[in-house]
Amino acid sequence: MRPTMPRAEKAPTTATAPTGKHARREGYEDGALLTVDDVHVRFHTRNGVVHAVEGVSLSLSEGEVLAVVGESGSGKTVFTRRVMGLIAGSRDTEVSGTVTFDGSTLTELDAKGLSAVWGKEIALVLQDPMTSLNPVKRIGAQITETLILHQKLSKQDANARAVELLRSVGLSEPERRVRQYPHELSGGMRQRVTIAIALSCSPRLLLADEPTTALDVTVQAQILDLLGDLQSRLGMAMLLVTHDLRVVRSRSDRIAVMYAGRIVETAPTKDLFDAPRMPYTEALMNAVPPITGPNHVRLAVIPGRPPDLLAPPTGCRFSPRCPYAQDRCLTEEPPLRDAAALPGGAAVDHSYRCWYPVGTPENAQARRVNAERGETAAGTPVTGEMVPA
Amino acid sequence: MSSTTDSSVVLHEPTEDQPTGEVVLRLEDLVVEFPAGAGEIVHAVSGINLEVRRGETLGLVGESGCGKSTTGRAIMQLPRPTGGAVHFDGRDLASLSAEEVRKLRPKLQMIFQDPISSLNPRRRIPDIVGDPLVVWGRGAEKATIVPEVLRAVGLDLDQVADRRPHQFSGGQCQRVSIARALVLEPEVLICDEPVSALDVSVQAQILNLLEDMKARYGLTLVFIAHDLGVVRNISDRVAVMYLGRICELGPTEALFDAPVHPYTRLLVSSIPSMEGAQRGELGTGEMPSPVSPPSGCRFRTRCPLATERCAAAVPEMREVAPGRVTACHHPILDTPASAVAGDSTTNGTAPAPADS
Repeated sequence: MRPTMPRAEKAPTTATAPTGKHARREGYEDGALLTVDDVHVRFHTRNGVVHAVEGVSLSLSEGEVLAVVGESGSGKTVFTRRVMGLIAGSRDTEVSGTVTFDGSTLTELDAKGLSAVWGKEIALVLQDPMTSLNPVKRIGAQITETLILHQKLSKQDANARAVELLRSVGLSEPERRVRQYPHELSGGMRQRVTIAIALSCSPRLLLADEPTTALDVTVQAQILDLLGDLQSRLGMAMLLVTHDLRVVRSRSDRIAVMYAGRIVETAPTKDLFDAPRMPYTEALMNAVPPITGPNHVRLAVIPGRPPDLLAPPTGCRFSPRCPYAQDRCLTEEPPLRDAAALPGGAAVDHSYRCWYPVGTPENAQARRVNAERGETAAGTPVTGEMVPA
Repeated sequence: MSSTTDSSVVLHEPTEDQPTGEVVLRLEDLVVEFPAGAGEIVHAVSGINLEVRRGETLGLVGESGCGKSTTGRAIMQLPRPTGGAVHFDGRDLASLSAEEVRKLRPKLQMIFQDPISSLNPRRRIPDIVGDPLVVWGRGAEKATIVPEVLRAVGLDLDQVADRRPHQFSGGQCQRVSIARALVLEPEVLICDEPVSALDVSVQAQILNLLEDMKARYGLTLVFIAHDLGVVRNISDRVAVMYLGRICELGPTEALFDAPVHPYTRLLVSSIPSMEGAQRGELGTGEMPSPVSPPSGCRFRTRCPLATERCAAAVPEMREVAPGRVTACHHPILDTPASAVAGDSTTNGTAPAPADS
């Protein structure tokens, strides 16, 4: 058995003092390692303005694993890149909001200031290990680059450290690997190399953007286990971005669900799975084929498709696809609200963006109204497939 | 060298919930090899025996590079297999002329992974869907059949009439692909990763649609995918492939609940689960190159149960328990949760017949 990851005990209201460098800090408003406040990213294109990220705020404590879950076009990758500082304002890119890392405001740093943080304090693992490595440089040189730059190691020491790092990410024959080029390695091995590079300077925050999507299922499990082990051993905080809810179920402390550029629900992982409040989260969970029980199960469908960010729907962005949509959803955008006030709501950091949250009498009423008229307020026909029994 | 497993395998009788139809498609010792340059050969598919019965959905799973898509294409004779036979409706496609194969194609259709690139971007949707009818001299029926098929897959003729593929989302394009495949009313539909390019929310729509179309048109499906959750839900029987060979074949639920081949066990335990995964150490590493596959059992380099025998002899497909067929010298026959052996062979209760 792999060692299980220590989980943050959530004590939402009482902020305890941090003990030691990698101590977990409770109550994530103050003492957060990363704070993202009202981040917007808009791209001005020939076809109009793409509202990629709209007012995302979240924070991450030291040693915490936060999963950002969303479908393609939800803005999760643009958001990650903005956090990293890889997307800056320009003639056709409009950015606003602040990203604060350990007290310093990343969004105010220039290129030089950012490069002091990149690789050293914050590291990034990307989806495609085929393209994130330099094809004409040896593996070893790509790892030692950061070590020599940030840790001021001599070339010799850096080489020795590179071998050590490759061994720590489970790569066989590390002495031989440092002499090889990326094309000589398989996808899973390459992803281990990118993880070794990311971890080379013991960063305090790891951003992992779909780190296993390009990999096969058995390799995916190995890489996720590896990330989890390293994360808990090094006490890193991790922002794990993925489209697959199943992947993060046992591998995150908290989940933020993104839809059409916004966070629509955020909660501790267990609470999110136990009692999703946002209809989109609920629908996403039901749309995944189960791996236990009988086969040929009729899957719950989400009608339509993710919205076009050039012209996002007014009101709640999920309303055209939502089985519970009422008139209010079409005109008024719901704010992020605390789930503690809802029936069955616990005092955890659980917030959602919905006028008719799942598990409330209002929701049951909305469901009844839509079932009676055969369609939602947005005109989407209500079928048995849309709403789970 | 393309070592071949024994082809005289008797596949088990269908279980009670399967249609007991006759065999529509039978692969006999199917071999597909590609030149890899420098005199080397990619052993993509190395001796597969498989039967598909009328009305069933056969899932074909495995990781990338295991030969599952190559198998699907070899059934379609795209390209023709290097060796072995593909019996369709009692005729061996491999022995037929190109023209004879072409004449059988209306009964044997395929849909592909990337729904957008598998449609001609310059043509309008109704023309794409109606083309097969024109090709087969039934152009006059377009006006009646095309709207009907489009409606069946959940598209409206008015809504698609003047539009081209780029104006549609991936999910809608996959609906168009399905419509195009169904317009000639095929018997067998080969689906090669039909939902892996789609978002989760759209994936469910297409999977439900395939089930509906199967019922409506009386289809037999060969469903190729790497997503085990998807395959588990749609298939009656599942064949697990590894490096060009089938390692296990069985009824879906039994195969997933109690895998008998160590590779199937590794695959199943790797599925990220909505219930929260609990995994043991079941094997590491990655699939070796199909250019130089390991001798004997091809999974042995990653198998925790491997012994010398696994390197020496290719395991044959055999029935190890009622309804369970596997190619393994040390099948896992006890209860699934127990006995994750380290290097011993405590599970190896292989009833002897030693192969060459």
